[in-house]
Amino acid sequence: MKTFQYVIQDELGIHARPAGMLVKEAKKFESKITLAGNGKSADAGKLIAIMGMGLKKGAELTVTAEGPDEEAAANAMEEFLRSNL
Amino acid sequence: MKVYPGKSILKEIAIGRIQFHSKEEHTVSRESISDTKQEWERYLKAKEQAADELNTLYEKALKEVGETGAAIFEVHGMMLDDDDFNDSVKNIIEAQEVNAEYAVASTGDNFSQMFAQMDDEYFQARSADIKDIAERVVRILLGKHKEQNTDNEPFILVAEDLAPSETVQMDKSKLLGFVTELGSSNSHTAILARTMNIPALIGIPVSEEMDGMLAIIDGVEGKMILEPDAAVLEEYRKKKAESEKRKVLLQQLKGKEDITLDGKKIRLYANIGGIGDVASVLSNDADGIGLFRSEFLYLEKETYPTEEEQFQAYRTVVETMGKKKVIIRTLDIGADKQADYFQLGHEDNPAMGYRAIRICLDRPEIFKTQLRAILMASAYGNVGIMYPMIISVEEVIRAKQYLEEAKAQLDQRGIRYGEVEQGIMIETPASVMISGQLAKEVDFFSIGTNDLTQYTLAIDRQNAKLDNIYDSHHPAVLEMIRMTVENGHKENCWVGICGELGADTTLTETFLKMGVDELSVSPGRVLPIREIIRNTRINP
Repeated sequence: MKTFQYVIQDELGIHARPAGMLVKEAKKFESKITLAGNGKSADAGKLIAIMGMGLKKGAELTVTAEGPDEEAAANAMEEFLRSNL
Repeated sequence: MKVYPGKSILKEIAIGRIQFHSKEEHTVSRESISDTKQEWERYLKAKEQAADELNTLYEKALKEVGETGAAIFEVHGMMLDDDDFNDSVKNIIEAQEVNAEYAVASTGDNFSQMFAQMDDEYFQARSADIKDIAERVVRILLGKHKEQNTDNEPFILVAEDLAPSETVQMDKSKLLGFVTELGSSNSHTAILARTMNIPALIGIPVSEEMDGMLAIIDGVEGKMILEPDAAVLEEYRKKKAESEKRKVLLQQLKGKEDITLDGKKIRLYANIGGIGDVASVLSNDADGIGLFRSEFLYLEKETYPTEEEQFQAYRTVVETMGKKKVIIRTLDIGADKQADYFQLGHEDNPAMGYRAIRICLDRPEIFKTQLRAILMASAYGNVGIMYPMIISVEEVIRAKQYLEEAKAQLDQRGIRYGEVEQGIMIETPASVMISGQLAKEVDFFSIGTNDLTQYTLAIDRQNAKLDNIYDSHHPAVLEMIRMTVENGHKENCWVGICGELGADTTLTETFLKMGVDELSVSPGRVLPIREIIRNTRINP
């Protein structure tokens, strides 16, 4: 299992468009990727659930990847968050 | 060719194809089914088609408005593919043994509720996206494949009835005219038609088969011609061209002063119902805005608009108008204008009920939020505030106190604001009778002739059966107007008319002779009224 933390920098938070891109990114991997923050958690492959977390700027996000390609998945997610959110 | 007589709202002609607006597609019935597997297959097929539609929309938007504007359709496509959404649909079909339409509609409702309850505005607004995708799939399941409002051709909107909230949300740039079966000539749909200066007919039996047919609205004679013969079509094309020519002639009045032959300067203002109307105020060269209906901010939403949202909307209008006057009417909700979240409850007689200033004085927090937003916008131009539905001096004094409180709150926050004129709507017989006292409290009066006629004649203006005796030229109404002007002037209060009567060219001369200082009309009526003002002598 791989875990890392990230603080949302984007002014609007995880809004619809980046949430959509995030889901696309997460679905590239076999591992189960979970986002937790704001007292809620969601499967990174589920757009509506991610948006339902209501993550705004400054929110602390914990990302967990578990599965055969967890290392690569966690790295890719971290890279994605840094460049988009 | 078929001819249908109806009641005309505006004397203009429109020629175009009909788009039938049906409410049915939002009502879904719950039906039991036995083959849940087949129902699930039906859903998957509809979902696929919806995805195709969204793809087409995305491509189209990408070309027309670019990446940012198109992204929403891509997101809709992904929401449609969301596992939770699809699992919920599947669950409902299987567990309840019901039709796919019902399962999709319920899922859409549930998910959109989830967003609506979030405490952030951005996420709250996403509930509309969920509803949108659910409705798209439901429409496909019901076999109504047609995409509304997607083709570029302008159209004539035909509907049984239209609620103010529906007309508010409509894309009006492609609208040629309205035809409805229900509604009266004083309904808000009618007001919208006047504001947009497009013809509308009411009292015409409509049916869904009319969708896509070619039609002519003859607003002069009050009839709709369905699938006209070639000769008739040609005749109307000519008529339309002539009326266009007259409009061009009126254009020459742009930039000219609104001054009578004997030198009285009249304030010729325009009425607007939203930011989108400002362009036509400017293109018709009005001196200002005499009635900015603030309701659209409330009707378009699912919850109370914030101070910031309101401020941005008011500021946009005020800034665009530059030094010209913008009179913002405080919230006039209730009666036929309803927003669910106000929870106003059912009333037997809403026109005489809990509405407008009565709600504002009863729920001061809502009122003060609006007053602060208006004050903040006043720093950017020339703003007036107008309170609707006044019946007593006490109400005016209280409204003014709230304005002072709002100012004090802004002072505390160090936010600046400009000088604002305060006025009231004169639309109840009570306010006319005590206009002498009211005039001592305010800077101006604006006579709302629609409600004033309704209350003076005791005729419900929403009741189409009474249209034949709803006479706004009634001597009692005209006397009320004269009295208001006289009493206002005694206290140095300027007096205007912002109701439909203000745009009635047969009465313009009468009003000017009464001493009316301001006429606020729908933007399209500014130039015809200017023509009369410039040809009228007040003192013979």
